Amino acid sequence: MSQIQNNIWAAPRLSMRWWPVFQRNWLVWKKLAIPSLVGNIAEPLMWLVAFGYGLGSLVGQIELGGEKVPYILFLASGSICMSAMNAATFEALYSAFSRMHVQKTWDGIMNAPVRLDDVVLAEMLWSAFKSLFTVTAILGVMLALGISHSWKLLVAWPVLLGVGITFSCMALIFNALAKGYDFFTYYFTLFLTPMMFLSGIFFPRDQLPPIVRAIADWLPLSVAVDLVRPLFMDRWPDQPVRHVLVLAVFAVVAFWIALALTRKRFRS
Amino acid sequence: MNTPLLSVDHLVKRYGDTTVVNDLSFHIQPGECLGVIGPNGAGKTTSLRMCLGLSEPDSGSIAYFGGQQMPQDALAIKAQLGVVAQMDTLDPDFTAEENLLVFGRYFGLPDATIRERIPKLLEFAALSHKAKAKPGELSGGMKRRLSLARALINQPRLLMLDEPTTGLDPQARHLMWERLQLLLQEGKSILLTTHFMDEAERLCSRLLVLDQGRKIAEGTPRDLIAQHLEPEVVEVFGQGAVALAQEASLKALAQRIEVSGETVFFYTHDSRSLLAALQAWPALRTLHRPSNLEDLFLKLTGRQIREEG
Repeated sequence: MSQIQNNIWAAPRLSMRWWPVFQRNWLVWKKLAIPSLVGNIAEPLMWLVAFGYGLGSLVGQIELGGEKVPYILFLASGSICMSAMNAATFEALYSAFSRMHVQKTWDGIMNAPVRLDDVVLAEMLWSAFKSLFTVTAILGVMLALGISHSWKLLVAWPVLLGVGITFSCMALIFNALAKGYDFFTYYFTLFLTPMMFLSGIFFPRDQLPPIVRAIADWLPLSVAVDLVRPLFMDRWPDQPVRHVLVLAVFAVVAFWIALALTRKRFRS
Repeated sequence: MNTPLLSVDHLVKRYGDTTVVNDLSFHIQPGECLGVIGPNGAGKTTSLRMCLGLSEPDSGSIAYFGGQQMPQDALAIKAQLGVVAQMDTLDPDFTAEENLLVFGRYFGLPDATIRERIPKLLEFAALSHKAKAKPGELSGGMKRRLSLARALINQPRLLMLDEPTTGLDPQARHLMWERLQLLLQEGKSILLTTHFMDEAERLCSRLLVLDQGRKIAEGTPRDLIAQHLEPEVVEVFGQGAVALAQEASLKALAQRIEVSGETVFFYTHDSRSLLAALQAWPALRTLHRPSNLEDLFLKLTGRQIREEG
């Protein structure tokens, strides 16, 4: 028998067959786009308004790399990364799980000449794309609010796509392990919520105790913030190569694990 | 002999210590409808899943179209297969039309080709008036026919149907049978698993009887009945019927006697003298009929309920 399929850790076998699967998700989403978009951007904007303007008036300015910036700018540039993370995560957990487990859409697809590897790739790219869409809408509102007008935000856009990809890959690991929707609560409370507070979104990471800080510096969300925040401030990030590499390593390793666990789930 | 569309040789599948498919071999010729029957847990679905490359055999080989191997050539094989699974996997968010379109794309078919096929397929499935309806608005029978239409989108050489009419009411079942018979008349080849002996009798040119992972019989429905059964059955039921099974005068008139619940089954080559003898028990009710596939199935696989499944 083929050794290739026996080993769940074998290299991903990817082809362009992911595209019709992506297209399928796109066609469903088009029908529900407006309500889904409202849901996706309303919450981050409430955070921004409540904390940015409310708390911001108490905090005033924040000192960042020798430059003083308004708290709303500090928060906006961090929370956009959080929005990318959340949008990608929700899609790759709840929606992908519905398609995989509840509706059995994946089983139907695999009766056609499409490999599981390509289905997983399609779900990953779709979640990243959806997160980019949410992020774009939020960026539009931030521009309208005049929070930042830097042309460097054009660079933030592909960076945020990368953030979406990384978090989609990570979420798909938990999708592969889930028995039901309740399982995802662990991922949120044990991983995403702590990461949200450790990654310098609401306050600078130098407020953290040194040991925590040393770990926090390697979190994918911290790296995302370190890449995106300077762009909001019309500056280039320090150590961009290191940050992009960290995101890429998280993405590739997580995708590989997600794929292996999904293969295991489907092998019986 | 033509090259078989599918040849399965010495297939074995184990889960832990249990062997669920045990040295199974069979083949399907072009134009044939092969029925796989067997009680729950006989290994029907597992065998089908291995044939679809969804589950890996522990040993044995599965070859399609004269040489393509499953699972190595899975994609090339699936491009020429049409599959209707036991559970509908229709997209609930799409209309009937969109379901066909989206599924056709998985085969890499251009949209123009798919759109050309959609009206014909909907007509075939008697769903032209439901083109814009979503699966949630369709009845069980309509959903199954839409699944069948979807499986035909790539004009497959071989159809694989896992219990295509389970859960359907008689009308819907008959409509499904009609459609499948049409396909067979067009020369399509079908592999189907079923629990329903009337379905097997009506559709299948050849049957494979599985029990506990093994093939226990194979042949045309008529041959199998002739080979394993007496041609006539007299069922006797009512108060005290079971005691008749021990009645020496009746035992002499039947080749084989079975008791199930409150009913006695007399299997015989000629029922006339048996029926005459039964006049002595006017209170009991009798049913005289030719033996059928259901009798065969029960003879081969037993009458006890299988717990698993």
